[in-house]
Amino acid sequence: MTSPLSVVMQWADWFELLAHFFVFSVSSIGGPLVLLPEIHHYLVTQQQWLTTAQFSASVVIAQAAPGPNVLFVALLGWNIGFNAGGLLTGFFSAVLCMVGMLLPSCTLIFITAKWVYKNRELIAVRAFKLGMGPIVIALLIASGWMLATGNTEAARDWPLWVVTAATTVIVARTKINMFWLLLTGAALGASGLLVVS
Amino acid sequence: MIRPQPQSLKDLFFSFTLLAIQGFGGVLAYMERELVERKKWLTRAEFVEEWAVARTMPGPPALNLSIMVGSRYFGLRGAIVSVAGMFFLPSFTIALMALAYARFGADPHVIDALRGMGAVAAGLFIATGLKLLTALKTNPLGVPLCLVLAFLSFAGVALLHWRLVYVMLGLGGLGYLLTFIKLKGQR
Repeated sequence: MTSPLSVVMQWADWFELLAHFFVFSVSSIGGPLVLLPEIHHYLVTQQQWLTTAQFSASVVIAQAAPGPNVLFVALLGWNIGFNAGGLLTGFFSAVLCMVGMLLPSCTLIFITAKWVYKNRELIAVRAFKLGMGPIVIALLIASGWMLATGNTEAARDWPLWVVTAATTVIVARTKINMFWLLLTGAALGASGLLVVS
Repeated sequence: MIRPQPQSLKDLFFSFTLLAIQGFGGVLAYMERELVERKKWLTRAEFVEEWAVARTMPGPPALNLSIMVGSRYFGLRGAIVSVAGMFFLPSFTIALMALAYARFGADPHVIDALRGMGAVAAGLFIATGLKLLTALKTNPLGVPLCLVLAFLSFAGVALLHWRLVYVMLGLGGLGYLLTFIKLKGQR
């Protein structure tokens, strides 16, 4: 395994990387994926610590892998460290970036959660939790919609949309284990049935 | 009736580990199913209320939600254990998948398989959202107004590509204000 890019990282660079992820963390309202353009600009265009291909692969893998999607940050860190040194530097850098991305937002939500629970009877708090309800549910449906329609064309990719629609109905109506649906989706995709040629 | 709740830190850790490791393409669909439908730690209406806070704050929404649930029962230790549970197994699987991707990622079959999984994952999100919509039945704003707000938010983000922050501030702010007035009037 060789890295596609050779990078030199000084202690000051690691520190700057951590500091930048702290800033990304507190500005990641709606989730870290919202910040992809900013993170790409900083790491790839400005600092040139990793290649666009490494960046895209990190996002694709994290979205396909089980667990929180924020793990793409660990892969970004891993790639930077790997470009800069090797396996050990890669581990160090992956942990560094994850701590940077998570520590501020986790601390913030912990404090907020405590405050919200303590003041749950206040009208201001109840109004927030109830009033935001329709909006945050819509945002969830919207992210599914964008995941389904992003990078697709009707003439070529309509079978993918059928899969999304079928999944929606099945999950909403039954208690089937969702893992089997994902496996079916992967198998249908690999068999080439989902691409109209 | 005694309310179901996590019995111990261990219970919390394994519950989150279990749902995280199943969560291909995002864990929220699995959180709803585990916490609301199976374990019943939260009702669907409570889930939506917590989700409103988790999604509005900075950070990964599903992780925020796990911290809110964990800290509710076991304070700081609960929060840490929940986060650890969410990342413990997925950290290993993502490392394995990165290695596999380095080797097979260019194979067109793999790319098509990932697209197929992406289409299913999209359906999981949409279905979870539709299920959560049913929790709005008890919302003080009333069902019609809730649906109007939801539809406008969806159209703004998904179809018109407005920036998320403006939708949250604008339509979210409106939802907040209307609910506030309504609740004030009920007293």
